[in-house]
Amino acid sequence: MFTMISQIVIGATGFAAALLLMYGLKRMSSPATAASGIRVAGLGMLVAVLASFLYVFDVRAAAKPHLVVNLGLAVLALAIGGSVAWWAGKTVKMTAMPQMVAIYNGMGGGAAGAIAAVELFGNRTQGATQLVVTLLGALIGAISLSGSLIAWAKLDSILKRPLQFRGQQAINAVVALAMLAVCGLIVVAVAGGPLLLIPLPGLICLLFGLALLLGIMATLPIGGADMPVVISIYNACTGIAVGLEGYVLQNPALMIAGTVVGAAGTLLTLIMAKAMNRSVGSVLFKTFGPAPKHKRGTIAGIEKPVEAADAAIYMRYAKTVIIVPGYGLAVSQGQQKLYDFVKLLAAAGVSVKFAIHPVAGRMPGQMDVLLAEAGVPYDMIFQLADINDQFATADVALVIGANDVVNPAARTDKSSPVYGMPILNADQAKRAYVVKRGQGKGYAGILNSLFYAPNTEMVYGDASVVLAKMIEAVRGLDSAAA
Amino acid sequence: MAVNDFTGLYIFMLAAFAGWVIIGNVPAILHTPLMSGSNFVHGIVVVGGLFALLNATTILEQAIGFTAVLLGAGNAAGGYAVTVRMLAMFKSTDEKPLHKKRSRPHHHAAKHA
Repeated sequence: MFTMISQIVIGATGFAAALLLMYGLKRMSSPATAASGIRVAGLGMLVAVLASFLYVFDVRAAAKPHLVVNLGLAVLALAIGGSVAWWAGKTVKMTAMPQMVAIYNGMGGGAAGAIAAVELFGNRTQGATQLVVTLLGALIGAISLSGSLIAWAKLDSILKRPLQFRGQQAINAVVALAMLAVCGLIVVAVAGGPLLLIPLPGLICLLFGLALLLGIMATLPIGGADMPVVISIYNACTGIAVGLEGYVLQNPALMIAGTVVGAAGTLLTLIMAKAMNRSVGSVLFKTFGPAPKHKRGTIAGIEKPVEAADAAIYMRYAKTVIIVPGYGLAVSQGQQKLYDFVKLLAAAGVSVKFAIHPVAGRMPGQMDVLLAEAGVPYDMIFQLADINDQFATADVALVIGANDVVNPAARTDKSSPVYGMPILNADQAKRAYVVKRGQGKGYAGILNSLFYAPNTEMVYGDASVVLAKMIEAVRGLDSAAA
Repeated sequence: MAVNDFTGLYIFMLAAFAGWVIIGNVPAILHTPLMSGSNFVHGIVVVGGLFALLNATTILEQAIGFTAVLLGAGNAAGGYAVTVRMLAMFKSTDEKPLHKKRSRPHHHAAKHA
């Protein structure tokens, strides 16, 4: 009786969860409804998790004696995993958001892999299809786990530079083939084929080992600038792994939610890669190589330093200023000061706009989030396609903590690693001010000819400190005039 | 609920189309929150982890099942927390009368100058 009722309730809540998750995701894809979308999806998740405790009425006979222990472990795991991640998510700095998403994503991949491991070690899969799907989910989940962790380490600057060596792709291919071969051996072993050198549990361990290794090896050579695309790929991978495990567990809610994320994540990856003018293939297999050596130091002109106060006063009397914020601004936590400065300029009659490159920050859209956090209203923020023509008529382009996204080499220099990436035309403004910590190269490690252009002046210093000086200069001027 | 091989394929196919359509036309401004939001959605894997753990019969299965629930719960709870935080910052100008468009007389003139 209980079994029947619990099955109906689990079925109904699973359906409701799938519906709410999809509807929530749909609402999240438009700014006006996004905030309510995540709540709708959250409700779906809550319903599904609560209902899954009804599984206790329907466990395998062999699991009945362990039920109390298992239930205790389940509550404990939910409490620990949920509260730690919740706390981390509530306290993480907005600038560290991409790393955080990478970690959560790795956790999802790990969970999918672990479910597959339980099925495999327990030899529970029925038939060849289920076994193959379980294996696929296992290896995709495991690759997503270790790959996401490497992506986190790179974004968190624990791993500083891409690790590249000769024959890397060949070695990765060998690891991938070995992984697939082990899958084949497992299928043979489960089907009761000839006795193998390694027993089944050993093969399963080997499979997970190889998949984790492949995730690490495939992510290590990829440069930091490409990490957003990589996280998006692993996000889609985790979705697919979850969908596959949903099939194995005969749970349509998991199948639907996982597959929806797999497809949505794939599309999101393509959109992002397009914004960076990188193909997904080139992100994964043709990494940003070391910048051509002969290019170093061959750019004509010199970097001309200017005082922050002088730049500020020049902007105070300009008609139009376009600001190009980059990750350096976020690192120095200068968004609030920047907006304060912008308010001063606007009060003095200057038309100020923000130009956001699709990959400003470490993740597409991250700069929009950071500016929104500082209170900058939407109608001052413009995306690349909408504002790029206006640089030519702007008096000043103020580049703060951005580098590669304004590198003119992307337009002209075929040997440059950023060649072909759409850039913001900061070099076309009548004057460009570049706020930068010091002389040096950007995240992708490439020289930037904008810094040497005749109409460019460099304001050296931490973005926050520079902006404080700029605010002081304009305030001093206005109070002297008053 | 039993899902046989072909119904499974139909579910995968329809869900894949749904995911593709749902994300279509998303503005760049929402890329990060949406990646985080879809990251939250696959946190549903915690349900599968619970199923595996509650049906565990050996210590090994209990250990792996525990890991699955722990990681899945982290994925769901953390994904939700960061997505809510990010989306809470997105307010349209209507909701923030303080930041109403500061249109200046030359605002549009400069644009077309």
